[in-house]
Amino acid sequence: MKGKFVAGGAVIAAALAYMIYAGVTQSAVYFVTPSELRAAPVVGKAYRLGGLVQPGSLRWEPRSLDLSFALSDGKATVPVRHKGTPPDLFGESRGAVVEGSWTADGYFKASLILAKHSEEYKAPHDGGTTLGKDLIRTLQGEGRQ
Amino acid sequence: MIPELGSAAAIVALALALWGAVAAATGARTGRPALVLSAQHAALGVFVLVTACFALLTYAFLIFDFSVRYVAINTNLGTPFYYRITGVWGALEGSIILWTWMLALYTLIVILRHRESAHELYPWVLTVMLSVMAFFLLVITVAAPPFARLTPVPADGRGLNPLLEDTGMITHPVALYLGFTGVTVPFAFALAALITGRVGDAWITLTRRWTIIAWYFLSLGLLIGGWWSYHVLGWGGYWAWDPVENAAFMPWLTATAFLHSVMVQERRRMLKLWNLWLVILTFGLTLFGTFLTRSGVIASVHAFTQGSIGVFFLSFLALVLLTALALLAWRWDALSAQGELDSVVSRESAFLLNNVLLIAAAFTVFFGTVFPLLSEAVRGVKVSVGAPFFNQVNVPLFLALIFLMGVGPLIAWRRASPDNLRRSFLWPVAVGVAAAALFSALGIRSTLAVLALALTVFVAATIAVDFSRATRARLRMGERLLPAMGGLLRRHNRRYGGFVVHLGILIVTLGVTGSQAWSVQTETTLRRGEAAELAGYRVRFDGLTATEESNHFKVAGAFTVSNGRVLSVLRPAKKFYPQEQSPIAGVDYRLGFGEDVYLVLGDFARDGSEATVKLQVNRLVSWIWIGGAVLTLGALLAILPDRKKPA
Repeated sequence: MKGKFVAGGAVIAAALAYMIYAGVTQSAVYFVTPSELRAAPVVGKAYRLGGLVQPGSLRWEPRSLDLSFALSDGKATVPVRHKGTPPDLFGESRGAVVEGSWTADGYFKASLILAKHSEEYKAPHDGGTTLGKDLIRTLQGEGRQ
Repeated sequence: MIPELGSAAAIVALALALWGAVAAATGARTGRPALVLSAQHAALGVFVLVTACFALLTYAFLIFDFSVRYVAINTNLGTPFYYRITGVWGALEGSIILWTWMLALYTLIVILRHRESAHELYPWVLTVMLSVMAFFLLVITVAAPPFARLTPVPADGRGLNPLLEDTGMITHPVALYLGFTGVTVPFAFALAALITGRVGDAWITLTRRWTIIAWYFLSLGLLIGGWWSYHVLGWGGYWAWDPVENAAFMPWLTATAFLHSVMVQERRRMLKLWNLWLVILTFGLTLFGTFLTRSGVIASVHAFTQGSIGVFFLSFLALVLLTALALLAWRWDALSAQGELDSVVSRESAFLLNNVLLIAAAFTVFFGTVFPLLSEAVRGVKVSVGAPFFNQVNVPLFLALIFLMGVGPLIAWRRASPDNLRRSFLWPVAVGVAAAALFSALGIRSTLAVLALALTVFVAATIAVDFSRATRARLRMGERLLPAMGGLLRRHNRRYGGFVVHLGILIVTLGVTGSQAWSVQTETTLRRGEAAELAGYRVRFDGLTATEESNHFKVAGAFTVSNGRVLSVLRPAKKFYPQEQSPIAGVDYRLGFGEDVYLVLGDFARDGSEATVKLQVNRLVSWIWIGGAVLTLGALLAILPDRKKPA
């Protein structure tokens, strides 16, 4: 009787090991920096690319939802294209992590953008407030016309 | 002055907890009840002092005492009253206090309930619980002091993370921590059983209800977390396999395994070693989860929980595991099973398989979560596995578990006869197969969805078979229908509470399957008056409004949703908090039993003429919350005191 259970357990363990192995090989995503990617880009491989959004590189077309920018680590830059609204924390000179793959056309096609949240303690600044007041003024003024 | 009082209370509590742990152990070993009594008083003292700590920190929040660093970071003058109280546990230091307070509360209840009934185990239970408490008090006094001062004192604080300004975020940590700390009770009894050598069934009988309570709160915490994720985070999902979620899910899986395997021990005197190991593992995973989420070892979107206390938690985890392993080795001889497995086709082996699969799932989640760390340490490359990995490996495991959920409760103990199998499973299997055929005929193309739904129907049918059989037996005794059904639930509350929980899981499965298989989404930029269409819905953009709220500015879009007739106007928003680097999304939705219409405002033109919107039609998601409610009701039914014993 005991033999049957040991054999059953071995079968389950082997199946699980195989599923995990297959799962890892199929969904592994490699973390790279722009210079690492530039050094050895593999077309079609899944990467997670982290860097700083280069000032002046950000283009956003609301009508077509085309977003393009360059990620940099100081040594190398990688052009990135994405279809969709940039996330709230996303912006020029800010850290961002994108997930996607390198294309044969020489750009990184991102399927997902993760903006990085800065964690240091910061005294309240009035950036948001100014923007908010500005918006209220614009929208109300616009509404009266 | 107040903050110093708080710090002092924590230090005295730490000293008392240490004294109590040593006194209880010495009292037990030398047979001096006075020492155990002294430990009991120490535990009461700890409860009072930790309560005072908690109250003092809350007071500091209420009076905006920005000289306290933790208060300055997690509140500001604009924070509404309500969120000033909940802000107390909005970040690391305060949540450790909440955690410790709950642990002290559980210890108090254990003292009240078990000081007579637990006999020899009792002093050691006190020792273990007070030792765990001493660890958390050490964290409070050394690693994450909540009352640390800030100089110079700022005029205003930074404010609570706006994502936490939500009722879900008030209740989610409370439920989750009640679950985590609740696991300490069965863990303490398990260690006490090992130390005293009384590794029989006493500790299991005494802690049965405690385990269900901990499981109930863990489940509740996970559900509220999913709900919060769905209606606040604005990515349209409820579960992302994020490390923070996984940290709570792993102990839930092992606790679920434990709940089932104790039944085998109670009934057949088997799995003694396994049960001890499971409860130790579950407790270890609660510590590991805290290490994972609080130490910042893994980059995560839940980054607001990062801290520098990883070393504390990892050391304590190592200490706990080594102590437990040493005790297990010491008592090895007493842990051999009295019963034996008779047949592969039996309830024992169904439960055993259930345990193996749950542990496999827990291991998968663990492996996927720590994989980036492992690969970085071993190969020097950081590689992660995302949601596809977790889904790919776990879905087959969960489907098998659902199948077992139908088999386990009805199959006979020891050895199932062909007659038992026929009587219990003929109808459910027939109904399940018919359901699979029906779903395929209805045009459901996803094999996985057909399989999941058919299994759900099969399990529901087994529950119906069992319940109707038991009800008929009562009807033959001359009872009427409703009293017979009510009496069953009440008299066999543990069994039928379990069935209600299973029913809840089935409903959750329906929701998960539906949302994964049939949800659709699109993203588009609309001019004012322009409309987008998705899955029979028409969403028209009517303009933007900006308003000033108590602590933020809000820009909201108005979108009219119609499907032939106007259904509602949804107002997804972006909220601008002065203390935040970027706006926070405020999603809006129209919930329904069949599908939710879910809108997220993306970008917008400053003059209000254009807005980008993400539009989702999410199918059957509401059933996840409904199933969750059913599941927790079932757990409550199972917690009710037994009626069989005379009061």
